[in-house]
Amino acid sequence: MPKITYVEHNGKEHVIDVAAGMTVMEGAVKHNVPGIDADCGGACACATCHVYVDEAWAGKTGESSGMEQSMLDFANDVQPTSRLSCQIKVTAELDGLVVRLPQSQH
Amino acid sequence: MSEIGRVIIVGAGQAGGEAAIRLRQLGFKGEIMLIGEEPLPPYQRPPLSKKFLSGEMPEDRLLLKPAEAYAEENITLLTGKKVVWIDRSQKKARLEGGRELGYDALILATGSRVRALPVAGADLPGVFMLRTAADVDALRPEFKPGKRLVVIGAGYIGLEVAAVARTLGLEVTVLEAAARPLARVTSPEVSGFFLDYHASKGVRFALSAQAAVIKGDARVRAVGLKDGSEVPCDLVLAGIGILPETSLAETAGLKVEDGIVVDRQARTSDPSIYAIGDCVRRPLVHYDREGRLESVHNAIEGGKIAAAMITGSAMPAEEVPWFWSDQYDLKLQIAGLSTGYDQLVIRGSMEKRAFAAFYLKAGKLLAVDAVNSPAEFLGGKRLIERGASVAPAALSDMSKPFKEIMTAALA
Ligand SMILES: Cc1cc2nc3c(=O)[nH]c(=O)nc-3n(C[C@H](O)[C@H](O)[C@H](O)COP(=O)(O)OP(=O)(O)OC[C@H]3O[C@@H](n4cnc5c(N)ncnc54)[C@H](O)[C@@H]3O)c2cc1C
Ligand code: FES
Repeated sequence: MPKITYVEHNGKEHVIDVAAGMTVMEGAVKHNVPGIDADCGGACACATCHVYVDEAWAGKTGESSGMEQSMLDFANDVQPTSRLSCQIKVTAELDGLVVRLPQSQH
Repeated sequence: MSEIGRVIIVGAGQAGGEAAIRLRQLGFKGEIMLIGEEPLPPYQRPPLSKKFLSGEMPEDRLLLKPAEAYAEENITLLTGKKVVWIDRSQKKARLEGGRELGYDALILATGSRVRALPVAGADLPGVFMLRTAADVDALRPEFKPGKRLVVIGAGYIGLEVAAVARTLGLEVTVLEAAARPLARVTSPEVSGFFLDYHASKGVRFALSAQAAVIKGDARVRAVGLKDGSEVPCDLVLAGIGILPETSLAETAGLKVEDGIVVDRQARTSDPSIYAIGDCVRRPLVHYDREGRLESVHNAIEGGKIAAAMITGSAMPAEEVPWFWSDQYDLKLQIAGLSTGYDQLVIRGSMEKRAFAAFYLKAGKLLAVDAVNSPAEFLGGKRLIERGASVAPAALSDMSKPFKEIMTAALA
């Protein structure tokens, strides 16, 4: 199973095995990683699943849709590699992915 | 406050599950028992009328968390167990079968139940309701191309089911007692848009039409209407609304008025008992009144508030109520409550299926229904939160991105 590292805003790391086909958001929520609320459960309706994709991985996580970009536009502390983690599907190629969680979702 | 050793949460749904996890995140060290009548650990209901019904989402993804995630947090999850009695003087909850459990704090998160169809024949095979995963498990095998479905009630759930059914190739007729779909929750303009879109997808509507009887012998054959006509069908889905599940609270003598009455801190009339989610009537701070909300937002917020109260943590800010609905390629996102609006402003284009309906009262923004327009949803939500007044001409000015309009209005 692909391993994903979630880094809390205080630096605490969670390395989680996430099944391919799940989203990066689901990997965190289902394993009690704090900092991703995901209120809408991945319906791209809440923007409470904001993460920063590690620069080295930014090219591999795919493009964000227009819908996602508009939602991110209203998130706090947006950076160039900001994504809504419910919109990133986990695949074998993402084994080793590192995402950081914003302070504002703490 | 004396030391809280054990918290019992009655109802393992969206609100109850959230409360349990939040308690641990806020550092609660005592015992947590999360007790639910359904066989599954807490799961999301929204997909029940969307991707879970269509088969795109499997059951393991429907669950908010796998059962082990509760064990990891040292939360005792009892599924398939019903709480039948609360003894407030002894601070005990009794399970079906007689087991009694003492509590220091109790959280009622009992949700709601569907309003039963009040007509003869409603219990015939082929007549379905939609509230639980088990309901969908029963319904899904019937969703075969060519089958004739009658949906009774054109609320969000009814329309979502109609959309899934059409997409899967069923013939769909929607019956609605009111003169338009979504009459209880939105404006005539937005109702008209959804009516037209569903019609363009082949859904037939019978409006101002009341089901009087479900006909059939061994199984449903047709729905008979008040005017004497009938709609032949193979299956029926009744989606005529829900009632707050307050029976436990009532027998325990708590204050109940169309929902368990709570204050902003989720406290019931008993200081050791909190109530959260669909089952409560709570102060709606942005609107200066009380009300009952049926939404994920409300369930999660209730869980956060009750957990903050029990642990003595800072209260979370109350959000403007929000909701969403997915139908075909339409994502409807709603912020606020439009009740009592005196002006409607449409931004964007209904023809292009990307627009927002803003509801104002005396110039102040009350609510927004945004179809495929996330910026208007999130920006509108922020404006409502701040109690902002916005000029109608500014709201509909498509020469500027909505974020700019929002920023200007808040300046
Ligand atoms: C088909 C459908 C689609 C929806 N779509 C959306 C949507 O798109 N967006 C949105 O925001 N909201 C949506 N909702 C509403 C949202 O799912 C609910 O508001 C939310 O689930 C309420 O959470 P809750 O925990 O209060 O109640 P529930 O999730 O209903 O949980 C209550 C639980 O308590 C249990 N229970 C009750 N009494 C007892 C007892 N005495 N002992 C033990 N257990 C008990 C019940 O069995 C139930 O499992 C939808 C709802 C449905 C049914
Ligand atoms: S979980 Fe709601 S937008 Fe990602």
